[in-house]
Amino acid sequence: MSDLTEVTAADEEPAEASEPSGVRAALRRRLTETTTWTFLILLGIVAGFAALRFQQFATVFNFRNIAADASGLLIIAVGMTFVIITAGIDLSVGSVLVFSGVIAAKVMLAIGGGGWGAIAAGLVAGLVAGTAWGVVNGVLVTKARVPPLIVTLGTLGMALGSALLITGGIDVRGVPLQLTTTIGIGQLAGVPYVVIIAAAVTAVGAVTLSMTRFGRYTYAIGSNAEAARRAGINVDRHLIKVYALSGFLAGMAGMVSLARFATTTIGGHSTDNLAAIAAVVLGGTSLFGGIGTVLGTVVGVFIPAILQNGFVILGVQPFWQQVAVGAVLIIAVYIDQLKRRAQERGERR
Amino acid sequence: MSEPLLEASGITKSFAGVRALRGADFAVHPGEVAALVGDNGAGKSTLVKILSGTLAPDGGEIRFEGRQVAVPNPVAARELGIETVYQDLALAPELDPAANLFLGRELVRPGLLGKLGFLDKAAMRRRTNKAFADLGIGLQDTGAMVANLSGGQRQSVAVSRAATWVSKVVFMDEPTAALGVVQSAHVRDLIRRVRDSGIAVVLISHNMPEVMELADRIEVLRLGVRVARYQAADTTMEQVIAAMTGALGDEEVA
Ligand SMILES: Nc1ncnc2c1ncn2[C@@H]1O[C@H](COP(=O)(O)OP(=O)(O)OP(=O)(O)O)[C@@H](O)[C@H]1O
Ligand SMILES: [Mg+2]
Repeated sequence: MSDLTEVTAADEEPAEASEPSGVRAALRRRLTETTTWTFLILLGIVAGFAALRFQQFATVFNFRNIAADASGLLIIAVGMTFVIITAGIDLSVGSVLVFSGVIAAKVMLAIGGGGWGAIAAGLVAGLVAGTAWGVVNGVLVTKARVPPLIVTLGTLGMALGSALLITGGIDVRGVPLQLTTTIGIGQLAGVPYVVIIAAAVTAVGAVTLSMTRFGRYTYAIGSNAEAARRAGINVDRHLIKVYALSGFLAGMAGMVSLARFATTTIGGHSTDNLAAIAAVVLGGTSLFGGIGTVLGTVVGVFIPAILQNGFVILGVQPFWQQVAVGAVLIIAVYIDQLKRRAQERGERR
Repeated sequence: MSEPLLEASGITKSFAGVRALRGADFAVHPGEVAALVGDNGAGKSTLVKILSGTLAPDGGEIRFEGRQVAVPNPVAARELGIETVYQDLALAPELDPAANLFLGRELVRPGLLGKLGFLDKAAMRRRTNKAFADLGIGLQDTGAMVANLSGGQRQSVAVSRAATWVSKVVFMDEPTAALGVVQSAHVRDLIRRVRDSGIAVVLISHNMPEVMELADRIEVLRLGVRVARYQAADTTMEQVIAAMTGALGDEEVA
């Protein structure tokens, strides 16, 4: 991913860098972060596969494929990072992705003609549909005070059910060919458009989270929502925006999927939510809220993706990937828990 | 004595059957330290939260600079110039001290970046370091999250936040409870400095020598009502404690 280095640079604190003790403290903090460890694990995996099968693994072609395959999940996971940092969760993303794809495809077909006008209308409709589900999630979480796990479990069913009702359970095909040949499989200077889109979303997400007021409020609410409220932050409005963002990005992932596969893939996204949550948590974001980075999420997305790819190349049963990722996930959360417990002990002192 | 800056009368508040405030009165004047004392559960923190816009009262009246006002939320309190050190500190533990000091009023970069909401972290860090220096807080690592600070350091962060932003009234709900000897002295100095600049300070404390030392006036809350008020110069610690515990006869109730 070309944006990795950019994001790292954006994540650094420019202030007080000249102060040696501050630098050392910052370095020590960085080294103890879960993200650092998972990043090293990712590097280790890449190095391992490269050592074993350099010819097949370490090729531009292979990395291009890995990145293109991961693009949809990465887009969803960026939104999920924001949600989980607020100490929330969004289980509905896979269903919202499918729903948005169905709406977009239906609109494109209804307008017909196969031109860019129809494509643009469909894409806008799909993004609006995704955002709308996000707003529904946010309003129910904040105003009705139903826990996010339940709200998004409910909208998971509602969005998928609605998509099935609209289509009668049969995938919508026949979206304009231009969509597939350009956005779907096209490349710019050797980089697939879908990868560029995912990288742009990631970069904007990383900058927003680490450098803007929106990001600051996201952390503050996840850290202590009551303190945020007392500090004059409109917590409900911000949470609605965060869930809307997650819905919008699920919609965007739906558009990417539609462009790549030229069909709505209704049955293909039932575990996207879990994959995204696993990626976010692997990347060092705390399920308790208040801690996390988009850069970590990028690492968390690529660990499973590269394991899968490497196992296929090695001829290992690819099912091992699921076993390995599950184990790494549990270890990541275990480390997070240990740190929390150490902190709580510190508080009582 | 001058007009009260902030005056609450007949404030009532119940929590699921518990009557925390049963028509409590309270007043504070500009440029004074008013101590609000009372036993555990007397309703002090509840009253502070109501006057800070964090909690809605069931009944009663709040007057500010002579006008009747509503304080429906913390922003309304802030706009009146009211700041609060809450008993639970109300800090975001995963954020660093600067982020907590500027929580809800972040500085943004100049120009277009600022319009997009880009934070000016360097400026916030600088002003935080200065605020901490004023309070004698020495933090080795100002980038560490608040959760990793000692209890006293955390309390100091909350105190310097309130002191930084206050313009009219600051409520301090047990601001020295977790502080060592040196830090408490710093906070007491700060309270005097704030008062001398014409700001009203409401001090809640169970440390009676501290109250007697700092307060210009003392108001006593017992079981959700004000039972006495004293000029600190004209009273003794024994009298105040008697009023707090109800050992005082009813005839002395103000
Ligand atoms: N959120 C709440 N829910 C239920 N009861 C509450 C709540 N907040 C306060 N109370 C009750 O109201 C009463 C007054 O509490 P408050 O915290 O105001 O006392 P306090 O004077 O600040 O005591 P302390 O000196 O121990 O801090 C207590 O009986 C308490 O149990
Ligand atoms: Mg209290």
